[in-house]
Amino acid sequence: MSHEKPKKLLGVKSIETRHYEEREELFRALKSLDRRAFVKVSAAAFGAAAGSGLLPPHSFSTVSIAHAAEPPKPAVAPGGAKPAAATKEKFTFAYISDSHLYEKKLNDRFVNQLLRAVDDVNALTPQPDFVLYGGDLAQLGHPSELSLGAQILKNVKAPLRMMVGEHDWYLDLGEKWRSLFGEPTYSFDHKGVHFVTLNSVVEADFWTKRGLTPAQRMGTVAGLDNGVQSSFTVGKEQRDWLKKDLDQVPAATPLVVFSHSPLYKLYKPWNFWTDDAEEVQALLKKFKQVVVIHGHTHQLLTNRIGNIHFHGMLSTAWPWPYAPEGLPGLTVQMGRPDPFNPHDGLGDGTVTVSPDGLADKLYNLWNRNPVTVSGAYLKSAGKADVPTAPKLKSY
Amino acid sequence: MTRTPGPIHSLALFVVTGSLALAAACGGSAPPPSQPAGGEPPHVQAASSAPSATTSATGDTVDVLLCDGKTKTTVPKGTPGTSIAGALMAEWIRKNPDAHWEGAERERHTLVPAADNKDLVGQVNGQTYGLITADDVLLWKTETERVALAGSEVFHNGDKLGSTVGVSCDMCHPHAANTHPETYPKFQAQLGRVALLRDMINWCIEHPVRGTPFAADDPRMRALESYILAQRKGKTLEYGKH
Repeated sequence: MSHEKPKKLLGVKSIETRHYEEREELFRALKSLDRRAFVKVSAAAFGAAAGSGLLPPHSFSTVSIAHAAEPPKPAVAPGGAKPAAATKEKFTFAYISDSHLYEKKLNDRFVNQLLRAVDDVNALTPQPDFVLYGGDLAQLGHPSELSLGAQILKNVKAPLRMMVGEHDWYLDLGEKWRSLFGEPTYSFDHKGVHFVTLNSVVEADFWTKRGLTPAQRMGTVAGLDNGVQSSFTVGKEQRDWLKKDLDQVPAATPLVVFSHSPLYKLYKPWNFWTDDAEEVQALLKKFKQVVVIHGHTHQLLTNRIGNIHFHGMLSTAWPWPYAPEGLPGLTVQMGRPDPFNPHDGLGDGTVTVSPDGLADKLYNLWNRNPVTVSGAYLKSAGKADVPTAPKLKSY
Repeated sequence: MTRTPGPIHSLALFVVTGSLALAAACGGSAPPPSQPAGGEPPHVQAASSAPSATTSATGDTVDVLLCDGKTKTTVPKGTPGTSIAGALMAEWIRKNPDAHWEGAERERHTLVPAADNKDLVGQVNGQTYGLITADDVLLWKTETERVALAGSEVFHNGDKLGSTVGVSCDMCHPHAANTHPETYPKFQAQLGRVALLRDMINWCIEHPVRGTPFAADDPRMRALESYILAQRKGKTLEYGKH
């Protein structure tokens, strides 16, 4: 851990000191429990405490991981045949997203926040199977920003899967990002689940006719509320690729898609939006269960369209407000971030994928109790396993 | 740095008289800021007579000077006045790329329009010259929105805010979302005292933006307040609300 031991001020412990003390205490306690009791304690105590807001926040995601070690609940009737999927194992991957790095000499805050997230995922026990980086590593797509990000992400112990965001792309149209991380569109299989990573921030050319320089183009795209830019798309080329890729995957295979923008239409003026979302969704329709994990929105965001479950990722840089309209009904808001706490509303998290393709999405909020939006919550259309909603809504 | 109208408002084009017999004027017809300018030069009208002339004719060419006293073009004798005017204005725009800042800012960042007061046109309020005209209400709206647009520019620009860390207001508050100016003044629990909107603007400038707070009457502060209030048009005033 690169966190410095916080200094004591007049006997008052900082939130960070308390946090680490509590975490150490927790792990001491957990070590003395047998496995069954461990699961019981962690699930019950953490779940209840997180729900009621009684415990101070832990930047650890023990709940989900402990759960992951437990075999699936007895879904099979006594004497009945086990479903094929049950033979596969549940697994967890972690995510870090939207770090928006400037060069360190200009802005060290965003750099330190990414370092904190890297510490978080490196401290996960057991380690996640891999770590997804959700895009917008850089703020203005500058080679030095991307290189700095790549250098920091080298410290991630688990294998890293990269996704591209618009802030990484529009200075040199992906040249530097590609040289560091390879092609932004790819698929892979992991423990019986098919994964696809898309570049969903393809914008129609708005810069040529305006005679914008690459820096001006990047500056335009970097403004969330800048109306000069075009809408995000996946685009025909990638949709064709996706169709071909998915043609080879049986419909019963759980599918997880990574996209920087939400693969649906939420709020166009901020590009909380993918213009060809319906066409992409149509390609995902044949699958029994699809989970889309997206960045860009910097907030707790949950949606379901038929068989597709959508989860947003937290940013490590700054939180976005909720869009003034179009918020999906299943979203449990994270509540107003406190501007006086620079880490509030930020964080990282994990995704635990079950053999049936359902995913439990954990939002590891740095300054708050962690929130899990479970696959059961989405599957039941918001009736079961409802996360606790904050008392103060957005303005 | 308050934005002021570009010099296009006061420009007049003086041309050579005599054998050319052309004249043009470019004063008094700046494009209304409600229309994105999109790089189109200010409207140049042909006039029947030139008020005065700045002449410098040598041989077959003639130099024509714009009323700013600096912008000059040299054309062959007999060139149509509209061409001269067009060339002069294109040259002036080239030297003043920021002249259409209002239209450009409107295109970049949607501004909630100010009240148009059109229902007042033709009304009088008892004074001798109190008749309210369409020009009056257009002026009120245009000037009000101009201040808000100037605020939009500062809001979206870390350099204009004086940020030392590349942070601007829109990075947390796109379209001024979550600024809730209608809830101020209120007891700001984190500060332990009552804060006005401008106190919170200055808090943000000092902390996340890491700049130098603005004086209450700083034109940038007035502009920022105008933009933030403009974006929350229609919201109920609820001072003190948390």
